Amino acid sequence: MADAFTVMDCAILARTTGHEVQSLRELRDALLKVEPQSIYYHFWGGLLRPTFDDPEFMNDFAVWAGRELRDRTLAERLAMVDPATPPTMEDLREELLDVVEARLDELDRPLWAGRDRQFNFLAAEITVIPTRYRIEDPHVLPEVLRQVSRGSLFYHFVDARRRRDDGLDDLRAWLIGLDDEQFAPLIQQLAGVDPFQGSLARLRAQLADAVARGLQEVAA
Amino acid sequence: MSELLSKYAAVVGEDVVDQLLGLARSLNGLKVVHVNSTRVGGGVAEILTKMVPLMQELGLDTDWEVITGDEQFYACTKTFHNALQGNPVVPTRSQLDAYEAVNAANADELRDTLRDADIVVIHDPQPAPLLGQIPERRGRWVWRCHIDLSRPHRPVWKYLYPHVSGYDGSIFSLSSFARRLPHPCYLIPPSIDPLADKNCDLPQEEIDAVRQQFNLDPDRFLVTQVSRFDRFKDPVGVINACKMVRRYVPGLQLVLAGGTATDDPEGAEVLREVQEAAGSDPDTRILLLPADAHRTINALQRASDIVLQKSTREGFGLTVTEGLWKGKPVIGGNVGGIRLQVHDHHTGFLVDTPEGAAVRMRYLLAHDHARQRMGTRAREFVRDNYLLTRHVTEYLALFHTVLEGRSERVEVA
Repeated sequence: MADAFTVMDCAILARTTGHEVQSLRELRDALLKVEPQSIYYHFWGGLLRPTFDDPEFMNDFAVWAGRELRDRTLAERLAMVDPATPPTMEDLREELLDVVEARLDELDRPLWAGRDRQFNFLAAEITVIPTRYRIEDPHVLPEVLRQVSRGSLFYHFVDARRRRDDGLDDLRAWLIGLDDEQFAPLIQQLAGVDPFQGSLARLRAQLADAVARGLQEVAA
Repeated sequence: MSELLSKYAAVVGEDVVDQLLGLARSLNGLKVVHVNSTRVGGGVAEILTKMVPLMQELGLDTDWEVITGDEQFYACTKTFHNALQGNPVVPTRSQLDAYEAVNAANADELRDTLRDADIVVIHDPQPAPLLGQIPERRGRWVWRCHIDLSRPHRPVWKYLYPHVSGYDGSIFSLSSFARRLPHPCYLIPPSIDPLADKNCDLPQEEIDAVRQQFNLDPDRFLVTQVSRFDRFKDPVGVINACKMVRRYVPGLQLVLAGGTATDDPEGAEVLREVQEAAGSDPDTRILLLPADAHRTINALQRASDIVLQKSTREGFGLTVTEGLWKGKPVIGGNVGGIRLQVHDHHTGFLVDTPEGAAVRMRYLLAHDHARQRMGTRAREFVRDNYLLTRHVTEYLALFHTVLEGRSERVEVA
């Protein structure tokens, strides 16, 4: 039997990087040199930040392109950059650069934001702490998922995909480690959860659905 | 869980308090000292009044020290405040001398406490030179700047830079407020305390009593701006906006409620300007409230149909947070931290002019449903993002980070 699953929690602290850009070309130049933690922050940090934006564009680069540069084409293309797919942060950086440079090639005039509407590159500092929740039996998952903080959801289902070499979330990785065939339907249901398509509240609801369906299949 | 933490859990949820406890566990006994320049009046003092007891409750050995100065010192720091927000003003040489002398004298008073602290948080420019006065310090020092430094008057920033550049880190409320400094600059928005007299739920009778106290008619609309009498808050613009709205909403009542902070020598002068602009209009009440009139302010905000904060420069704008927490739509100036809190059609409206404020007031006063819908969303928005518990969570994360030395990821056992 594998170890119990210890639910962790995390707090994210934003830090400035000193890179502030006002035009598309400046964005491209900054993307070349900004630290990887900044790219991380602008793809995932939004989930733990106050916002009222409809998650039409799921990363800060796309939001800025659409709202401040007023270039919807670019915003849509940036929004389609999937942070879960590239194997490393450097690969993700390359994808972003591809999109931005392709757009620069298409445009015959510079794109500028207003003077107080620059894009400030921030970086994420993460503090990780253990919680009192330890899961030994997957059947308690519905109860635990209801009670844990947004930070726990972020850590295990969002951060995990970047942190882990296998690209899994922590819960699936633990279930696989149990090496118990009966939980295969649960693992499969969890695989269908996309943490990058909404808020953490939505993610909690998605997880609750997936776990309920998965455990039903396990029981059947 | 202690009684105090249980009260917070009842408002924000147990998961949030669990997170606080988790972050605080390994910081138990950590000696933390906050330093600012006023015990009462203004957002910083209000935050510290509530943050310090909560940190203590979480097991951190937390103190709050206040530096004291003379008239020249406060004149200097008020000039700093104005200049750092973009006004082209500079303190006189004698004011700067007083600034440095006051800090040296306060450093002597506080030397033992500050030297031995594990973490020292210096709030705003007033006590910033303390760092240079305590070379034997053994802990980490962080400068917490509550002011919008996005476009400072450069001579003043150049003067202050050497006083703040030696810190181990800085905290700003917004990324756009931060300036380039040779140490990590963290972003932590401020907060309000839901348990404080200013923000707790009030019985209807108490709200009615405050209406009666200030002769406010419950059957007519009321809009309120609560803030210091400070030109950046544009109280005269608010009066003018209400004059425009009264063409369509006769009898609209306006309350401008403010106080004076001990470190704000300009307040009386601005108050005179505001009284002059209001003239003899019986529906404009200008209230100069004592610094401890928290429940009165709470009641005025709850009695209002709309809360205004038509600032032309703003740090974060905690009066906006307070208004939103009372379930009121806020019409706020399109500046600073108000932009983080007021989202058009969701929690209120951002405006750039008195005319803009008038247009939005007119709309909201004509649409009861919109006012209620925005008010409901406003309260939940604050619950999720701008309460003291979130603020302390980020401070604790910061303490872990600065104690660890710079690190992208701190794993706490």
